[in-house]
Amino acid sequence: MKFQFDSLADFMHMDGHGVFVWTAYALVYGILMYLTISPLIQKKNFLKQQKKWQQLQKDSNLP
Amino acid sequence: MNWQWFHRLGSPRWFYEKTDSWLPWLMVSAWGLLLVGGIWGLGFAPEDARQHNSFRILYIHAPVAYISMSCYYIMAISGAVGLIWKMKLPFMVMKACAPIGLGLTIVVLLTGSIWGKPTWGTWWEWDARLTSYLILSFLYLGAIALQQAFQNRDTADKASAILALVGTVNIPIIYKSVDWWYTLHQPATLKIVGKSTIDPSMLYPLFVMIIGFYVFFTLVLILHTRTEILRRESRTQWVKDLVVDNSKSKGEGARS
Repeated sequence: MKFQFDSLADFMHMDGHGVFVWTAYALVYGILMYLTISPLIQKKNFLKQQKKWQQLQKDSNLP
Repeated sequence: MNWQWFHRLGSPRWFYEKTDSWLPWLMVSAWGLLLVGGIWGLGFAPEDARQHNSFRILYIHAPVAYISMSCYYIMAISGAVGLIWKMKLPFMVMKACAPIGLGLTIVVLLTGSIWGKPTWGTWWEWDARLTSYLILSFLYLGAIALQQAFQNRDTADKASAILALVGTVNIPIIYKSVDWWYTLHQPATLKIVGKSTIDPSMLYPLFVMIIGFYVFFTLVLILHTRTEILRRESRTQWVKDLVVDNSKSKGEGARS
């Protein structure tokens, strides 16, 4: 198994197909990253909101 | 027969607690495989004689297309289980599938379009495969819209489940479209029955990517389902305890 390109510039250019290949890869990894991170952010926000809600309930129960 | 295991499987709390320890492993293996497979496909797989370097898009296009269809089956099956056994967890899995599936179908349509330009000379054609696949993305969009259209959660779940079940008709059509109406899209590279039309040096990175994407899909499905569990179970004691535990551990972290 060997690296198929002579230089980094060659790797980026891919005989004129580079722009298509790199755009496609960037799009895919971008969306994969979004699918991984978005539920984690939603969970964090949920916990923050619930904590606030619990605090409010506690405060309103005080005499 | 003892059905206890089956009902435990349907318990959101059990699922949430069980999957907690799986997440780091899934995260590392999914992203590890996707990075290794991606670099292999981009730099080390040999160039295709006819499609040249643009064929490298295959490594992200085909595996995502597989999982986007598997995702649809999971959405439909969990919808059916939810309807039949009136269990909570399957409906949560079904709801989690829709945005993931939509994201994946967008990826497939965009990468296919980008691949089409240098290969076919066009971004889009009303070819059988492309059209039936576009319908799949609309089905996911429909499932999301239905979930948001009803105030009552049970009604929304039932409506989405029925849409998902009806839409399963489309999956075999997508799969067989390249054989039934051979217009533009190339036939399948990997065949379940018969010999595949790809050289091993190009095949191995594809295998790595397929496994990587399946592990990735398992990971995101669990992540999205866990968020949905928290939302729906927010009034239960175990979620309230979880919120308290979480803020306590954060407080300790801030002090230390």
